[in-house]
Amino acid sequence: MDRIPILKMGPFLLVTIQVDLYDRLALTLENDLISMVSKTGARGVLIDISAVSIVDSFMGRILGNIASMSRIMDAETVVVGMQPAVAITLVELGLTLQGVYTALDVEKGMELLQDKIGIFEDPEQDKEGPDDSDD
Amino acid sequence: MNTIAQILQSNRKKILENWMQNQLADTSLRDDLISNEELRRQSDELINGLSRATAGGNVDNIYAPEYEQVVEILSDISITRARQGFSPRETGMYVLSLKQAVTTVLEEKYNEQPEVLYKELLTVNNLLDKLSMVTFDTYIKGREEVILRQTDEINEISTPVIRVWEGILALPIIGTLDSARTQIVMENLLQEIVNTGSSIAILDISGVPAVDSLVAQHLIKTVSATRLMGAECIISGIRAEIAQTIVHLGIDLSNIKTKASLASALQLAFSMRSVEVRKISKNTGFQLGR
Repeated sequence: MDRIPILKMGPFLLVTIQVDLYDRLALTLENDLISMVSKTGARGVLIDISAVSIVDSFMGRILGNIASMSRIMDAETVVVGMQPAVAITLVELGLTLQGVYTALDVEKGMELLQDKIGIFEDPEQDKEGPDDSDD
Repeated sequence: MNTIAQILQSNRKKILENWMQNQLADTSLRDDLISNEELRRQSDELINGLSRATAGGNVDNIYAPEYEQVVEILSDISITRARQGFSPRETGMYVLSLKQAVTTVLEEKYNEQPEVLYKELLTVNNLLDKLSMVTFDTYIKGREEVILRQTDEINEISTPVIRVWEGILALPIIGTLDSARTQIVMENLLQEIVNTGSSIAILDISGVPAVDSLVAQHLIKTVSATRLMGAECIISGIRAEIAQTIVHLGIDLSNIKTKASLASALQLAFSMRSVEVRKISKNTGFQLGR
């Protein structure tokens, strides 16, 4: 069975969805991702959906679920690279993904995650390196 | 062969001359839009087609196959005229003046037989009235096409997405927002965000005359879609009366960044991107600090 690879990058988990998500695959991803978060103690999850061209309400809900579950486990979720057509569809469906952070691309998403963690955890700032400061 | 076809055939030259005279005599003739030769050619073709169509004896049903050519010629003429900007009256007069021309010939020929004359006049009247209705129909269809195309063009032109700064887009909306336009606005904006990689979009509604609950909903949708893409959206140009309506309608815009003017929205965008604009003394220009 297909599985979507989950990569660990420092304190973050990186998921790149390269195929159109059907329901089973989405559910598997949700399971895998949450168990990975708990296993690695990740602080952030970055989901790249730039290759996804079709979206339905189910997938919208899965994304929302992943974000809520991660938040409970102290990890922020950023969805990056959403296509205009996908965004319009989600809005028309009334799914605005409240509580999910979004960014234009992986690079900006990473910056956002580092920002979030820097804000929430001051003592670890030096551990994170110079990325937290803007100027 | 019936009388009308006969008359059309044997008196073709005369009818054409009469018709041309009628048309040229009409003060409303637009010789700036159509040349006399062109008019003569069209008219000749039409009389020809008409005499062929009536030859079979059908002077009543213009939807019969033998009238196909006549209807086609008329449609062509009126659609081109609609596009060229002729008025409905000018287009309608084209066919109606043919009636005049045929009537004159009929009168001359049947001067001695009033009964035949009456019957033939009725037939001609009936036939040409129907044909002028066809002209009218296609004229209006042509006008509607023109209007539709213009509407599309206006929609296309009136929603430009401007790149005001690196990473900052502005979208001034002018005119009423309806569902169709919001769709275009949204698509243009989102596509431009992808193209330029901009992270902030300013939606300026100072050119929107009124905001009702539907428009507000459309705006909220656009902002949500922008957010899903990973960009921030600021709404600017909210006037006092619009702010009043929004509050009276009970629309919640508290999740959306709003600013009174495009200038202050731009300022907010600058500060969000950590860009500073300041004046330099003894120098005319502005300098950008980053």
